[in-house]
Amino acid sequence: MQALYAQLLVGLINGSFYALLSLGLAVIFGMLNIINFAHGALYMMGAFVAYFLLNLGGINYWWALLIAPVIVGIFGMILERTMLQWLAGLDHLYGLLLTFGIALIVQGVFQNYFGSSGLPYSIPDQLKGGVNLGFMFLPIYRGWVVVFSLVVCLATWFLIEKTQLGAYLRAATENPTLVRAFGINVPRMITLTYGLGVGLAALAGVLSAPINQVRPLMGADLIIVVFAVVVIGGMGSIMGSIITGFALGVIEGLTKYFYPEASNTVVFVLMVVVLLVKPTGLTGRAA
Amino acid sequence: MSALTDDTIPMTPRAMRDEMMVFAVMAVLLAAVPFTGIYPFFVMQALCFALLACAFNLLIGYGGLLSFGHAMFLGTAGYVSAHALKVWGLPPELGIVAGTAAAALLGLVTGFISIKRQGIYFSMITLALSQLLYFLYLQAPFTHGEDGIQGIPQGHLFGIFDLSKPTVLYYVVLVGFLAGFLLIYRTINSPFGEVLKSIRENEPRAISLGYKTDQYKMLAYILSGTLAGFAGSLKVFVAQNASLTDVHWSMSGEIVLMTLVGGLGTIFGPVVGAFVIIAMQQYLAGFGQWVTVIQGVIFVACVLLFRRGLVGELAHLLRRSL
Repeated sequence: MQALYAQLLVGLINGSFYALLSLGLAVIFGMLNIINFAHGALYMMGAFVAYFLLNLGGINYWWALLIAPVIVGIFGMILERTMLQWLAGLDHLYGLLLTFGIALIVQGVFQNYFGSSGLPYSIPDQLKGGVNLGFMFLPIYRGWVVVFSLVVCLATWFLIEKTQLGAYLRAATENPTLVRAFGINVPRMITLTYGLGVGLAALAGVLSAPINQVRPLMGADLIIVVFAVVVIGGMGSIMGSIITGFALGVIEGLTKYFYPEASNTVVFVLMVVVLLVKPTGLTGRAA
Repeated sequence: MSALTDDTIPMTPRAMRDEMMVFAVMAVLLAAVPFTGIYPFFVMQALCFALLACAFNLLIGYGGLLSFGHAMFLGTAGYVSAHALKVWGLPPELGIVAGTAAAALLGLVTGFISIKRQGIYFSMITLALSQLLYFLYLQAPFTHGEDGIQGIPQGHLFGIFDLSKPTVLYYVVLVGFLAGFLLIYRTINSPFGEVLKSIRENEPRAISLGYKTDQYKMLAYILSGTLAGFAGSLKVFVAQNASLTDVHWSMSGEIVLMTLVGGLGTIFGPVVGAFVIIAMQQYLAGFGQWVTVIQGVIFVACVLLFRRGLVGELAHLLRRSL
C-alpha cells in the first residue's frame, strides 16, 4: 500500500504540472488564438533561471519562485511583441509553427551549452525531510508542490473569473474590437496575458527543479502530454483545465502502480477513448 | 478564413502545361544524377523525404489539415518493412507492400480518431497519437528499442534488380518517388482534389453544398499516410535500418519544416524543401545542436517573412502555379 500512496503522490505532482501548464495554454489560447508550442521550452527556462539564480547569484529557492516566472514572463512578452503579434488575423496553424520554431531555438541553445544530462537543484532547507502520516511517509517538498500548485491554480481562476481585470480579459477574448472601443488597451492586455501564461509555465519549472533535475529537454516531452490533456479537457474553461490536469496526473500515478508498462502512454490512450466516445472533448465545445 | 495559401492561382490548362514541363525537367535532372558524381545516397535520402513531404503537403496544402504526427507513418512503415525483410525473409516488393499497407491501416485507425476535430486540435491529436506510437515502439520487442532494426538485407526487387548496387537502388527509389509524386498530382487535379480545396477554403459551405466533408478529409488523410508510409518503406532500403528517430516528434517537425520552406500548397515546393533541409543537415552535421537552433530560426523566419516558401515566392513572381 505504501507504494500505491507514493505513486499517487507522484501522480498528484505531475498533475500539478499538467494543470499549471494547460491552464497557461488555455489562457494564452483564449486571448491570442495561438497554441503555444514553446510552453515546454519556457517551463524548462523557468527551471534553468532558478538554477542560475542559485549558482551564480546565490539567490535561494523562495526568491527564485518569484523572480524566475517574472524573468521568463518578460522574455515571453518580448517574444509576443516582436513576433507573435504579427500573426494576428492569420490561420491558427501559423502560431503553432512559429512557437514550435521558438521551442527548437530555446531548447537547442540550452542543449548546446548544457548537454542532455540533468543538473542538480537541491531542495530548500525548510522543506527537507518528511513526515510520517501513519499510512505513508510524505516528503515535505512533494506535499508543498501539490499544495502550492493548487493555490496558484485557484488564484489564477479567481483572477480570471472573479476580478475586474479578469472581466476585461474575458470580454476581450469574446470580442476584442468592442472592448477596444471602450478605451481598454487590448494589445497590452494580450501581451500581459502571454506573460502570465508563460510565467505559470516557468513557475511549474521552478517547482519541478528539485524533483526532476534541470534538463534542456525536460519540457519537450511534457508539452506533448499537456497537449493531450488539453484535447481531453478542452480549452473552454479555466476550472476544467485545473481539474483535468490533476485528474490525469492521478490516473497516470495509479497506472504506474498497477500496470507500469503503460504509465507513459496512459494519457494518450485516455485521449483516444475520450475522442471516440465524445469527439468534441469533455467540455463539449466544438473546435 | 483560411489564409494558408491565400495567393493560390486558379489552375488553367496553361498552368498545367507549365507544371508538366517542370516535372519533365525534374525527372530528367534526377535521372542524370548517377552520371554526375553526386553522392547517390544523399539524393536517395532526399527523394524519400521529398515524397514524404509531398504526402504531408497533400493534407495541409489541399485539405488544410496540419498533421504534426506524420513521422508515425514513416516510422511504422519502416519498422514493418524492415521486420518483413529481415525476420520473415520476404522479397523487397512484398516488404514494401507490407510497410505501405501497415501505414494505410494506421491511417485508417488514427484518421477515425482525429479527423472529426479541426484546426489546432487536429494537430495536437496527431502529435499525441504519434507520441503514443513512439512509446509503444520503444517497448515493443520487435523494434529492438533504442538499437532499432539494423543490417536489413536489400535483396533483389522482383528477383531481377539487385538493390545492393547503389545505381540500381537509386533508379528504383527514383521510380518510386516519381510514381508517388504523379499520384499526388493526379489527386490534386481530380474532382476529389477540387472538393478538398473547397473544404480548405470554406468547410461549412462545402457541407451546405452536400459534401460529406469528413469522408473527403478521411480519404485524403489515409492517402497521405499511405504515401508517407511508402516513402518510409523505400527509405529502409536506403538507410538499411529502422529506428526510433523516424517516429520521434522532431521528425514530424522536420517534415513540416521541409514543406514550409518549399511552400505549403505548392506542387514542387515540398521536393525543393526536402532537398534544402537534407542538404543543410548534411553540411552542418558538424555543428551539433546548432542544427536544431538553425531549424528553429528557419521556422520562425518562414512564418514571419516568407509564408509562401521558396517555390511559392517564385510562383508568385512568375504569376504561375508551381
